[in-house]
Amino acid sequence: MSSAITFDNVTLGYERHPAIHHLSGTVDAGDLLAVIGPNGAGKSTLLKGLAGLLRPLEGRIAMAGGRRDIAYLPQRSQVDRAFPLSLFDFVAMGGWRRTGWLRRIAGGERARIAAAIDAVGLTGFEGRVIATLSGGQMQRALFARLLLQDAPLMLLDEPFTAIDEATAKDLMAMVLRWHGEGRTVVAVLHDMDLVRAHFPRTLVLAREQVAWGPTAKILASPDPMAAARKMMEAWDEHAAICGRRAA
Amino acid sequence: MTAADFLHAPAEFLFGPFGEFAFMKRALVGSLALCLGAVPVGVFLMLRRMSLIGDTMAHAILPGVAVGYLMSGLSLTAMSIGGLATGLAVALLAGLVTRTTVIREDASFAAFHLIALSIGVVIVSVRGSNIDLLHVLFGTVLALDNGAVAFLASVATVTMAALALLYRPLVIECIDPIFLRTVSRAGGLAHIGFLMLLVLNMVAGFHALGTLLAIGIMILPAVGARFWAHDITGLLLAALMIGALSCWLGLLASFHLDLPSGPAIVLVAGGLYLASMLLGANGGLAWRLLPARHLEA
Repeated sequence: MSSAITFDNVTLGYERHPAIHHLSGTVDAGDLLAVIGPNGAGKSTLLKGLAGLLRPLEGRIAMAGGRRDIAYLPQRSQVDRAFPLSLFDFVAMGGWRRTGWLRRIAGGERARIAAAIDAVGLTGFEGRVIATLSGGQMQRALFARLLLQDAPLMLLDEPFTAIDEATAKDLMAMVLRWHGEGRTVVAVLHDMDLVRAHFPRTLVLAREQVAWGPTAKILASPDPMAAARKMMEAWDEHAAICGRRAA
Repeated sequence: MTAADFLHAPAEFLFGPFGEFAFMKRALVGSLALCLGAVPVGVFLMLRRMSLIGDTMAHAILPGVAVGYLMSGLSLTAMSIGGLATGLAVALLAGLVTRTTVIREDASFAAFHLIALSIGVVIVSVRGSNIDLLHVLFGTVLALDNGAVAFLASVATVTMAALALLYRPLVIECIDPIFLRTVSRAGGLAHIGFLMLLVLNMVAGFHALGTLLAIGIMILPAVGARFWAHDITGLLLAALMIGALSCWLGLLASFHLDLPSGPAIVLVAGGLYLASMLLGANGGLAWRLLPARHLEA
């Protein structure tokens, strides 16, 4: 099986302070990978690194595709909901790869947008201004945009946080469909039952790799997060320069 | 008085001055041209929550204009080049700092415009000349010559073409900059391009309305339009209508009441904003005060 992402001794962080140290490993193409860990473990930082928003302080992230082959859902999306834009136009952003700066959004693309809106159950809301959508509806809209991006690699940062059960269930079904279509999905999650039920592979992070492998094996221990919590340390303003080198 | 006379008088009052006097005609054409560029720029300023940053830009072009004046006197070309230079320097530096450091856009603009303004004051006081800054501060829309009208029309043309090109990335950059960064590098170009359009329209605006009031024709129609339109397309159209109406009524008021023309135009825009805030179909205050039962869904 070919690899979608290869981490080669990757350190990601902010202003020389690492949020994740020395991560090495491979995500196979078509993997459905859950990333878990305590708050501050570097999970969101990992996705930012993958989305190209953060350059590694050290090491290399090798990806199968370019930046256009990634669809990224940030944790708390920084969408300016006050901007007077319709749901239809908002979802249409997902087609950037095809439409770019100037290409007309015509028949075929409009049908794709309508289908994406339908797939998240928001048909009938196309003309609504995004300011009037509820939190759950907005999350559905963001998923419709992800769907339209049609990317082989999907990065989801806490996709089911702060939404009701029915919405979470619908959106999880979409994630499973993407997995079925052979896309690679990396999702940061907190719900262990959800991880156990649907995600074949799990990465446990605590500012470095704690465990990475089949979910059944990793979540078999009574408290899989115990080791992770122990490894958490706070940001140290006066931390010494890291002496560890690649193995 | 016959019926024809009765109709003739208001028409004469409303349109007469523009047919009769060439300077009024040029003022109307020039200010309408200004609107075509400045109003859409103002709409995006408002949507990017940069309404007050326009004010700092007005101050940022002032020192350049003063230097232009000191070097070549009351030459519109020299003052425009000076204003463009300092305006662009402030906008680009502030934009770059915002994109690359922890400083937010408002703080970044505040810092650079204060530096520019103090440099301007230093230059003016060292040269110690007694400039008639009133022209620069309050503009001379009634004194626009053909060259200045052509300049305003060129700026409007460039602005509309550039906005058409930047429109999609600019809208996405306003709503969800992180998304745009993950799919394209267009965000930076759109941001910097927009700041350049802002400076260009500030310089155009200072010819007509003066540096202090140029921002008025950008922001007031935009915030007024917010009370009439739901989406970005409607917002742009409503703002353009308010802007054009302000120019026409402002120039009329200036002619009939013998008021300074620049402030008259911006005052009318301000009046239209207040009227929109009270009566606007989309969230106007009057509608909130009316007792109305809630709807079924």
